[in-house]
Amino acid sequence: MSTLVIAEHNNKQLNAATLNAITAAKQLGGNIDLLIAGYECDVVAQQAAIIPSLNKVMVADNCAYGHFIAENIAPLIVDNAHSYSHIVATATTTAKNIMPRVAALLDVQAISDISSVLSEDTFKRPIYAGNLIATVQSSDPVKVLTIRGTAFDAASAQGGSVNIETLDQVYDLGITTFVGEQLAKSDRPELTAANIVISGGRGMASGDNFDLLYKIADQLGAAVGASRAAVDAGFVPNDMQVGQTGKIVAPDLYIAVGISGAIQHLAGMKESKVIVAINKDEDAPIFAVADYGLAADLFTVLPELESQLSK
Amino acid sequence: MKVLVAVKRVVDYNVKVRPNSGNTNVDLANVKMSINPFCEIAVEEAVRLKEKGVVTEIIAVSIGSLQSQEQLRTSLALGADRAILIESNQPIEPLAVAKCLKSLCEEERPDIILMGKQAIDGDNNQTGQMLASLLGCAQGTFVSEVQVEEGAIAVTREIDGGLQTLSLKLPAVITTDLRLNEPRYASLPNIMKAKQKPLVIRSVDDLGIDVSPRTQLMGVEPPSQREAGIMVADVSQLVDKLKNEAKVIS
Repeated sequence: MSTLVIAEHNNKQLNAATLNAITAAKQLGGNIDLLIAGYECDVVAQQAAIIPSLNKVMVADNCAYGHFIAENIAPLIVDNAHSYSHIVATATTTAKNIMPRVAALLDVQAISDISSVLSEDTFKRPIYAGNLIATVQSSDPVKVLTIRGTAFDAASAQGGSVNIETLDQVYDLGITTFVGEQLAKSDRPELTAANIVISGGRGMASGDNFDLLYKIADQLGAAVGASRAAVDAGFVPNDMQVGQTGKIVAPDLYIAVGISGAIQHLAGMKESKVIVAINKDEDAPIFAVADYGLAADLFTVLPELESQLSK
Repeated sequence: MKVLVAVKRVVDYNVKVRPNSGNTNVDLANVKMSINPFCEIAVEEAVRLKEKGVVTEIIAVSIGSLQSQEQLRTSLALGADRAILIESNQPIEPLAVAKCLKSLCEEERPDIILMGKQAIDGDNNQTGQMLASLLGCAQGTFVSEVQVEEGAIAVTREIDGGLQTLSLKLPAVITTDLRLNEPRYASLPNIMKAKQKPLVIRSVDDLGIDVSPRTQLMGVEPPSQREAGIMVADVSQLVDKLKNEAKVIS
């Protein structure tokens, strides 16, 4: 038994989500190899080569893989999949795009968003926006899995030393062309990796008012998120959305401000260790999952919180 | 240009689902069913493309029980021209759905295949990618904007770090995200008209596709519940609790 983990990265930096997938792979048992597909991503390979749990790192470095186009990366993975019992990636938008394509090429029913490994073929995963947990057993010879990053601790990132193998297969199907991207630039930590997340909802009333959250976030070293309502209202961009169809977060501290607590939002944050809810509606469902609730007007609370934290 | 839209019948998003008495599956008895919200967005996008004159025909397809005719009629009322139901009495997995759709695509030769990025029951987020894979064609997943060009389609995708724009050669599979559009309500005249539109029912066996399941559902349970917390009186008390009780800030 052995597992191929697909690395998540941006050609410059190995994404910490990869380390969660490695932990899941360790629970499956057997050797773990890491596959990096990218362009001019040598530095990523160097970062990966010191991850202790790995057996080897394979790198396919070609412009066809630079923008993580699923059409090109899926056949590369399949071409290198023959000796593995499991192919695993963390359920980021990149992996969610690629892994089902891999599974179909292998004629395998993929299993998405696993929250727990019970055995090499049996897994738990949330369904219905996390309102239920299903236990599923796969009878496919190869298991193609995405794992929920927040459900697995990060494996240690350094201390090892493994060989880097170069893959020279190039798959460029020529059916998909990268046109451009608009990536959010932020000095704050990434939502899914942050220890503290502070999120705003419809109650923030405008995008400008998110400044109140940014100020607190900067004091706490926190990432800033939002509910779907706040994104749909145009207050903030979609990449800040926490919830069933946005990002799944499980920080040490989650502060929900002006968020009512629709189940789709709770699905994205209820595994957080400590949850604080600030909402003027004391009947808001968010209080049912909060460890600490404060029923008050956020426009009074936030400046006060900022000043008390700065003391 | 021809569009095929795949729709799924799912438990209505407002329903709070529960396990059945034996915890073997989801309790679906007497539960309100609806068209999957992401699929509804896919239908709406197809209709908008037709209204722009880009698309000439919209075929709505569903794979499932005979009751899925309701969701196909909804799609017809929203503006699809005709519908095909592939009847299956067994629950059918994404890979098998993709194989059924592939078979229909080979018959119908659509230029664009639209569907929701995921169904809100299984939350798998697989079928579109699998279909594109089986067809060997381009895929645009989690799409929030669509622009049809000559022989290609430009899509804006919602990705973790922001937005990505790709140009896909046709035929292509597009899976819809929430912000692609806001679906219209079907008008009463259109609901009446939809009853006259053609809806063909075929059996999954007739397609000659092996749809036997690859996974077995071993059980369903509610997630662990959080203990109810406490209400604090003011910001000072909150900060004190976070520092000294929860110890999550310093």
